Amino acid sequence: MSEPLFSKKNLKLLSDPMDNSNPITVQVLGICSALAVTAQLKPSVVMALSVVAVMAFANVIVSLLRNTIPNRIRIIVQLVVIASLVILVDQVLKAFVYDVSKQLSVFVGLIITNCIIMGRLEAFALGNRPWRSFLDGVGNAAGYGVILIIVGFVRELFGSGSIYGYQIIPDSWYISNGGFYANNGMMILPPMALITVGIIIWVQRSRNRKLIED
Amino acid sequence: MDRNSNSYTFIYAAIMVILVAAILASVAMSLRPMQQKNYEIEKKQNILASVNIQSSAEEAEKIFEENIKNMYVVNNEGEEVEGDAFTIDLKKESAKPVEEQRYPVFEFQAESGLKFIFPMRGAGLWGPIWGFVSLNSDMNTIYGANFDHQGETPGLGAEISTSWFQERFEGKEIYNEQGELISIIVTKPGQEAPPVHSVDGISGGTITSKGLQDMLLDDFSNYKEFLNKKKS
Repeated sequence: MSEPLFSKKNLKLLSDPMDNSNPITVQVLGICSALAVTAQLKPSVVMALSVVAVMAFANVIVSLLRNTIPNRIRIIVQLVVIASLVILVDQVLKAFVYDVSKQLSVFVGLIITNCIIMGRLEAFALGNRPWRSFLDGVGNAAGYGVILIIVGFVRELFGSGSIYGYQIIPDSWYISNGGFYANNGMMILPPMALITVGIIIWVQRSRNRKLIED
Repeated sequence: MDRNSNSYTFIYAAIMVILVAAILASVAMSLRPMQQKNYEIEKKQNILASVNIQSSAEEAEKIFEENIKNMYVVNNEGEEVEGDAFTIDLKKESAKPVEEQRYPVFEFQAESGLKFIFPMRGAGLWGPIWGFVSLNSDMNTIYGANFDHQGETPGLGAEISTSWFQERFEGKEIYNEQGELISIIVTKPGQEAPPVHSVDGISGGTITSKGLQDMLLDDFSNYKEFLNKKKS
């Protein structure tokens, strides 16, 4: 008997990584890029979308090939799939959103080394059907992306006084214009990203008792 | 078929590699023209920034057409030679023998007079740095500067591409009173240098600052004859 496309079990693949098994806050994977690209919101959003694209396609492709991949070179095959998808994303970014691709610079290439992707291919796509793998990929990448966007939002607001490049804090507030406010330069630097992620983990665990370890 | 046999593994790997190579090559080729366009627009933005005109990617081409009316190529003797100033690659030029090297010059008509824009290229800490510096028609005073880099450390060497650093170059002079070309010295704290010929370096970016200083001196030296001709 065939299962409906959006059965409860399938939807759980999408929703679980958002909270109970979030790649960043619970599994603590993919932290490196989460710290590096989140100084502003725009690169965070583009990075999140890039990871969603790479992850969803990689999961589907590996899932389709899962019965043909020789066991001894399966990691290499997975890497080739991920690497080619990342190069495709990089080329497309360079052609269509050049300024963002300059900001992301090496981090697009480093999607290849994002542990979340290899982890999901190995743990999920190799043993599941394409549709379920697709949902799992989108879910996990979105769980990663949501954290990136939250961190990017906080850091850009307090670090640069803007959101998505638009100035939010009125100019007259700044000390240089006779006001009382100054941007927090620390927010631009990676340590504050780590602290922001830490605060998100704290909030999440205080709301979700299941995640607290003994 | 036995999925664990050696021959299966080899054939599988070979087919996979050829397929992937074909896909990537075709995508890269089809996107090439658009990427090339982006590089050109960025270069135009940088040239405009060196004469203190900020432009968005959409407007850059139009503003460039309107403002940079004249560009040409000179050789080491300061004589005008054939070539397309915009597409000359300084990296390739610097590999040639000195007599064959060609250097681009761009002219910009500002309200305060004619400005000459000179491209520069040098080495930072991790990779190449480059930029455009514009001089007033006295061929001595810097009107504006724009620098960029490939992979300098963010927050340290990478600060050369920020406006607060570039603004320091405005109004500085590259010739001393004896008429010698001394370019601009990028100083460290405590280092003595005449203020009109020097700018403060970047804390934590010493090697990049030094690279920038060398780049300015080397590349202004290349234009030395041209500068002398225009001056007199």
